[in-house]
Parts: sequence; structure tokens; C-alpha cells
Amino acid sequence: MEFIVASSVGVLTAAGVYLLLRARTYPVILGLTLLTYAVNFFLFAMGRLSVNLPPVISDEALGYADPLPQALVLTAIVISFGMTAVVVAMALRAYLESDSDHVDLSRSEGSEKADHS
Amino acid sequence: MNLALIVILPFLGALLPALMIRAGRNACAIATGSVTLLAFGLLMSHAPAVFRGEIVQVGWQWLPQLGLNVNFFLDGLGFLFASLILGIGLLIIIYARFYLSEKDPMGNFYTYLLLFQGAMVGIVLSDNILLLLIFWELTSLSSFLLIGYWKHLPEGRQGARMALAVTGGGGLAMIAGMLILGNIVGSYDLTVILQHAELIQASPLYLPALILILIGCFTKSAQFPFHFWLPHAMAAPTPVSAYLHSATMVKAGIFLLARLWPVLAGTDAWFYLVTTTGLFTMVLAAGIALFKDDLKGLLAYSTVSHLGLVTMLFGLATPMAAVAGVFHILNHATFKAALFMNAGIVDHETGTRDIKRLGGLMTLMPITATLAMVAAASMAGVPLLNGFLSKEMMLEEAVHATWAGQGWVIPLAATLGALFSVAYSFRYIAHVFLGPKRDDYPHTPHDPPAGFWLPPAFLVTLVILIGLFPETLVGPLVRVTATAVTGAPLPDFYLSIWHGLTPALFMSMAALAGGLFLIWRYTLVRARWQAGPHPDAKGMFDAGIAVLVRAAQWCTLSLHNGSLQRYLAFMVGGFVVLGFAAFMNASHGAGSRELLPATPVAVVAWLLLLGVCAVALLLHRQRLLALVAVSVAGLIVSVGFLYFSAPDLALTQISVEVVTTILILLALYFLPKETPAESDGARKVRDGVIATLAGLGVGALCWAVITRDFSSISTFFLDESVPGGGGTNVVNVILVDFRGFDTFGEIIVLGIAALAIYALLEGALHGRAGARLAAWVPDQPQSADRHPMMMVVATRVMLPLALMVGLYIMLRGHNMPGGGFIGGLVVSIALIMQYMASGFQWTARQVRVDYDAMIGAGVLLAGATGIVAMLWDYPFLTSAHTYVHLPLIGEVEVASALPFDIGVFLTVVGGVMLALANLSRLGSLSSHRPDNEGPMDVDPSAQVSSVRSR
Repeated sequence: MEFIVASSVGVLTAAGVYLLLRARTYPVILGLTLLTYAVNFFLFAMGRLSVNLPPVISDEALGYADPLPQALVLTAIVISFGMTAVVVAMALRAYLESDSDHVDLSRSEGSEKADHS
Repeated sequence: MNLALIVILPFLGALLPALMIRAGRNACAIATGSVTLLAFGLLMSHAPAVFRGEIVQVGWQWLPQLGLNVNFFLDGLGFLFASLILGIGLLIIIYARFYLSEKDPMGNFYTYLLLFQGAMVGIVLSDNILLLLIFWELTSLSSFLLIGYWKHLPEGRQGARMALAVTGGGGLAMIAGMLILGNIVGSYDLTVILQHAELIQASPLYLPALILILIGCFTKSAQFPFHFWLPHAMAAPTPVSAYLHSATMVKAGIFLLARLWPVLAGTDAWFYLVTTTGLFTMVLAAGIALFKDDLKGLLAYSTVSHLGLVTMLFGLATPMAAVAGVFHILNHATFKAALFMNAGIVDHETGTRDIKRLGGLMTLMPITATLAMVAAASMAGVPLLNGFLSKEMMLEEAVHATWAGQGWVIPLAATLGALFSVAYSFRYIAHVFLGPKRDDYPHTPHDPPAGFWLPPAFLVTLVILIGLFPETLVGPLVRVTATAVTGAPLPDFYLSIWHGLTPALFMSMAALAGGLFLIWRYTLVRARWQAGPHPDAKGMFDAGIAVLVRAAQWCTLSLHNGSLQRYLAFMVGGFVVLGFAAFMNASHGAGSRELLPATPVAVVAWLLLLGVCAVALLLHRQRLLALVAVSVAGLIVSVGFLYFSAPDLALTQISVEVVTTILILLALYFLPKETPAESDGARKVRDGVIATLAGLGVGALCWAVITRDFSSISTFFLDESVPGGGGTNVVNVILVDFRGFDTFGEIIVLGIAALAIYALLEGALHGRAGARLAAWVPDQPQSADRHPMMMVVATRVMLPLALMVGLYIMLRGHNMPGGGFIGGLVVSIALIMQYMASGFQWTARQVRVDYDAMIGAGVLLAGATGIVAMLWDYPFLTSAHTYVHLPLIGEVEVASALPFDIGVFLTVVGGVMLALANLSRLGSLSSHRPDNEGPMDVDPSAQVSSVRSR
């Protein structure tokens, strides 16, 4: 089971990074989302894997999964949503402003900016 | 306590002028003056203690781990400087009221002035060198604002920038020097440092620390070769020059020399560095001052020269030199501030500060002229005025000093400096006020209103009184200050006008005679001077800055070429290399932890995940399909959380998944539906290699970690959750209780993110983006059935249920999987469904809630929960819980964590809804269809009623 988890995290990372390196905003957003899954699951897995041991205190429980990484990841998930939403809004605004969803400054824009500074 | 208040008052007061300016210029000036007056009064309340030789101290720990404490102390030295800063500050505030014109934003001016004043007082009262450094940098920043106050003048902006670059750069050296100093002693508290002179001077790091600190002092006090910024700072309004360059900013370097005198002075290095710099600056700047035609330029170089004089005195490191230095600081502040104000009056009334266009003002502006003559005579060192006394003491010290074995160097240079000083002082009198009356002044000169000349008149009165009765008026002050500088008892001395026929008197007379001779033969001298070389410091400085800018530009542009793809490839590639280096150099094999057996369901899920990842990779150019694939991956992740005993995470992930997918779908409505194929083969291979290595690395790391046993700190949370936090769901208790502060920070971040989205999308309604939206043509066929009746009815029926479920999940969170985050997301989904089914316009009309206000309310509620704990003297966000017995319902737990969780809930709902509702607003704007009045396209109830009415 550990191998399944570790390899899944690896595959999600690889797919996320590959999409992150694409030239358009949309695949970058999806890549970021996949990378988020990988990172969150990786963090969660740092508390080691356990089945049927939710960290809810009760008399019948045989043991508990590590609650700390779970708490960290819970907020991480929500914050990742915030980040994704900001990136989506930026991508949308950039597309509406420039009529292009390419992630790179075009060469002319880049040099223009340099002149201003 | 009220010692700290002296420092804090100007900072608090800085808020006043900006508000009071609405009540008029007088009200603004009075408010500003009252702040300074109050601080001055507080300072004076400590005077008796200071004159008894006591040291007033107050302090709090700020970051004790770093040795950074908010400690203030007041001794003679701090008292003298603080009185100058606040006393002259008060005069400047009155003066500026009359100086600034109607067009100048006076509120800004006074705000900057008070900020600067607070920073200066902070420097002279700090008992912690780290705190002192903070104030030191604050003076650099606030003086930048003051010098550049007339933003429309290029000279003002350039002067401000130069002052900031030089004094800020010196400040950096100072930081390094101070850190070394603190390191040698093992404490950053000044009072401690001042006890350890031998330890510091014996340290091998003494010399580097000394040089770095001196660079800081010399840049601030405009000593050669850093003197060039001060004349350019004269582009500032005259009140600023009068304040910064007579009594305060440039004296900060001198102050620090005096402050650290007990531990740094007395060595050969100190003597040669400080005395030589001071001496050279004194003579050079006095010489230049003689040939400046700008009144303020003349005064600026004169200031540099006088600062050199004081620096030279501190360099001599004898107790009497310290006395002379302290006395001259006081005297210079009085006559120089008066002269600067005077130059401002001349400029204001005649319309020029150019000496060549002035002259003969004596009869036209008698009051101004009298004041100028007395002050300038004091600057020249004419007997019976205060400048004479301290200059005499300086010459007396110079007579006894030897430089590199040569007894004549210092006396000669000092006399020469005094001679030039006499010459430029008399030039200020002779070429401006004496001589024939002219008829080509830009304005008709006349004496200004009383408020304008009273501040300098007050100072001139001091100049005369101190000159006549030095011992009575300032003897105790000089004595207590000099004692604080030397840190040891002083030899007996008596401030008096007549010391007998000393060598100093003859030097003084020689200087007077020589100076008068120079003025008598000024045209000739001037011609000689013009023929000599004149290195242009500003040109060199500008050239140096230009080189730096080009280097920075080259560096930035070659790294930052605007390609996100490139940045990301470098960044991820860099992480991969670093990560692998670390991974391979550590024990990275699999551990021996007992592994869980793989279940068939898990294998199926794994294969499905591999499949959707492959789809996302291979078919990512079809955007909708790629989104579906990514969403499936997200679902598998949430199932994974559920399976591995993390029900809270599963709930959160699945609800975030829904929201994210809706969000991306909304964006996809505008974005192109397909990604063009544009990466070439090499690029794909490069990215593939980076991605594969990153995936392998993360996977291997994960595998290496989760196959090992470990000890966790979580036992604490598991043990304390019920007794300490009052909840059985440990994850939620951690979020709202143990780590509540983190959560508080995170909801703030979420709120900020939502507001950023709002700003981004609100901006899209205007400009180019707005025009594009207005002319939007959907690139896909649209359903005629915009708001299908089935969906509208279903979502409406579900709404109360979904809200109930969301609330329930939030409320039960403390004990069962759930909580504010999840509850908030569920409620958001329920609301979003309404927008989707019934359209933006209709729904927005029904939901009369400001989502931004909701975010604010959430954050405030969570914060208030924390603050309530502080009312009972518990740390921020300490929770309490109790059990209440209610009739019928039974035992109910009431935890203070609940309002906190409600705060989280409100922020999440507000944040998510603000983001999504704004996206869907863009959509509704671009659809060019009339607003839907009703919830659905065909309103059945309306038809029924119309049938009936028929």
C-alpha cells in the first residue's frame, strides 16, 4: 500500500510539473492543481498511513492516525483553493486584457518594460 | 513610561496634521506644535533627574532571543539632543506655517516632519543599538520624504535620492559595525556596551567595527568624502534645511560619535580616522562655502565645516575637547538654525537666494538684517556671542594636539578653518545686507510678518544670552552632557568670555583679521579660486549610480526575460538538482516499518489515477477533457484521504474539488477551448525529463519516509484534545485551539486572496478587457434553455437542506469530522448552485449579503474570540469550554472555539462566494441577453395566474 501511495504522489508530481511547464495559462493552472494534490498527499503521508484509525477520540478506538499532518493539510487544501482561484482570475484578466493566454511576455513587451525601468 | 512616550508622541502625532489640515492651516500647525510641545514638556519633566546626574531608564523586551529590546534611557547627552530636536522642532513648526505657500500640501509636510522628529528622538533616547538602528534608518527614510517634499522640482527629487543613497548606504555599514560591537560585548544594550571599553578595544574586531560605525556616522554627518549630499539636499524647503541641517539629522552622526566615545575613543585608530577627517572636512568645506553664491549653499557647506569641527574635537578624545564639542553642538544649533530660517526669509521676501543678486537689504529689511548679522557674527566667532566661546575652546584644544608627531598641523589647520569661517560669515552679512540698495530684486523686499521672524529672533536671543552668561545659562547642561559623553568625571572648568591672553585668543584674532582681509579682497580671491580645479561630486555620484543601474539592469534582464516557462524550468530544475543532491547524500533506502497490505480496491484506484494522469498529459490540449481528468484525480485523492483515516481531509478535498471545478469551468467559458500545439520536440523532451525527475524524486522521498517508523509530537494533541480543548475531533481541535493562531492567519490569507480576485475581476469591467467583454461573441453554441426548470426547482428544494447540512457539519466539527472550513465550503456550494441554476442577476438580487463584509466579519469574529481570552490575561486565542445543562436537550458543551470556528466558516463562505460570484458576473455581462427577471426561463406560477385571470 505504501508503494501505491508513494508512486501516486510521484506520478501526480510528474504530471503536475509537466503541465506547469506548458506555454498557456490553462495547462499551468491544471498543472498547479495536480501538484497541489501531490504536495498535500505527501504532507499527509508524513504522518504515515493507517486504516480505520481516524483521530476522533472514542473509547472503542484501537489507535489514532497522526492528527497533526491532517490539520496542516486541511488548511493547505483551503489555501490552495485560494491560490488556484487567484491564478485563475489572473489568467482570465490577462487573457481579456491582451487577447492571448500565453504565459510569457512577448519579446517586444519585455524590452518595453526594460526601457521604462 | 513617559520617557517612551516622548518617542512615541511624534509618531502618533504624525496622524494629526493630515486630519487637521481640513480645519485649516493654522489648526494644522497648532496641532503639530502641540504634539511637539507636549513631548518637550515630558522631556523637561525629567530635567531635574538628569541634572542630578541620574540616568532615567524604561524598557520592555521585544525579541529577547535576538537581544532586541525596546529600551530607552535618558542621560545628559540624550537630554541635550532631545531638547534641541524638540525645541528647535517647535520653532520650525511655527516658522513653516508662514513659510509654506497656499499651494504646498501642509498636512503632508507636518506629517513627515513629525515622523522625522520621532525617529530622531528615538535615536538619541535608545538604549539598545538594534532599536537605535531602526530609528537611524527611519531618519534616512523620513528625511528622504522631507528633502523631496517639492516633488515637482527635479533638484528636490535628485537631492532626496542622493541623501537617501548616501545616508542609507552608510546606515548599512553602521548596521554591520553595530552587530560586531554587540557581538563583542554579548549585549546590544547601550548601557551595558558602554561599560566594556577595555573588552571592545582589546578585541581583534575593534578596528572593523570602528571603521564601519564611522562610515555610518560620517555619511550622516556629511564628513569628507561623503559631504557632497548635504548641499544638494538644500533643494528642500527652507524649514527642512533649517531643521535637518542645523540641529538634527546631520547631528545624528555626531551624536553617535559622542555616544560611543567612552568605548571607541582613545585609540590611535580613533584619533587618526576621526580627527583627520574632521579637520580636513572643516577646512575644505569652509573654503568652498566662501565661494557659494546660493545662500543656502553657503550655509550648507558651513554646516559641513562646523560638523567637521565637532568631529575633530571628538577625535582628540580629551575630556576638555568633549566639553568644547558638546558646547559647540549647542551653539551651532542655535546660530545655524537662525541663519537657515533667515535665508528662508530673504528668499521668501526677495524672490532669490542668489548672493550676486542681493545686497543692500539692511534698510529694506532691518529686522531680518539685524538677526542675520548677530547670528552670522556668532558663526564667525565674534566675541560676546556664543560661537566665539566654543570656537575659542576648540582652538585651545587644537594648540595642545599633535598630529603624527607634528605640533603645528592641527593648530594651523584649525586657524585656517576659523579664518574661512570668518570670511564666509562676513560675506553673508556684507554681500546680502550691506552695500548699495539695488532696484532689480525679483520682489520688493520688506520685513516679514512677526510669526515668520520670531522663531529666528528667539534663537538669536539665545545666541546673545549664552554669549554673555555662558556659565549661568548652559554651564550645568554642558557639564552634565560632557560627563555623559566621557563617562568619567570632568576636570574643573568654567565657561567664561575672558580666558586671558592665551594662544587661542591670538589664533582667533588672526582668523578674524585674515577673514576680513579675504572679504575686502573678495573679487581677487574669487578669481584665484575660479582658476583652480573643481571636482564635480554630483557628476561622479551620478556616474557611479548609472554604472550600478546598468549592472543591475543587465543582471535582471538576463535572468528575468519575462518568460514564465523559463523561470519555472529553472526553478523546478534547481529544486530537482538540490533535492537529489540532498537525497543521495543521506540514508535514503526504504525503512523497515510494517507495510499495509494492498487491497484490490486500492489497486483499481491507483490504476485509475495513472490513467487520468496519462489522459491529462497526453490530451491536455483538449481543455474540457483535461479538466475532467484532473477532477477525477482529485476525487481519487479524496477517497484516499478517507481510506487512510482522514475523514476531515476527505470532506474538505471533495468540497474544494467541486468549487475548483466550477471555478475553472467559469473561466473556461472565456478562455480558448483548446491549447495550440506549439512546444517543439526538444522542449517537450526537456520538460519531460524535468517532470520525470521531479516525480521520481518526490515519490522516492515519500517512499523512504513512509516506510520508516517515527516518533510524533501528536501524542500531546491526542492526550490533551478532550481535557484541554473540549473536543473529540483532534484535527478540528488542533485547528481552532492548539494551532488557532495559524488558522487565524490562514483565514486572513484566504480573505486577502478573495479580495485580490475581486480586484482583478472588477478591473476587467473597464478598459480593454471591458471593451472585449462588451463585444463578446460566445465561441460555442449556447443552450436556449438558460435556466432549466428542473434544475431551478431541484436546487431550490435542496437549498435549505444543503444549508442545514453545512451548518450541521460546522457545528459538529469539534467532536465529529467537520468544522468551519468544511461547513463553509458546503454552504458555498449550495449557494453557487443557485447562481448556476437561476443565473447571476436573479440570484444576486435575492442574496442580499455583502461577501466582502462577510469575510471581514469572519476575520473579526475569529480575532475577537482571541482577544476575549486576553481580557482574562490568557494568551491570544486561549480557548475555554464548559458544559451547560439545558432542559429537554440535556448536557450541551459550550466552547469558546465555536465562535472562532464560526469566524472561519464566515470567511470561507465569503471568500469562495466573492470569487465565484464575480466570475459569474463577468459571464452574465458578456452574454448580451436580457436579465432574467424570474428564476427560470418559463415561470409556471406566472402562467397559472395568467390562465386564471383569463
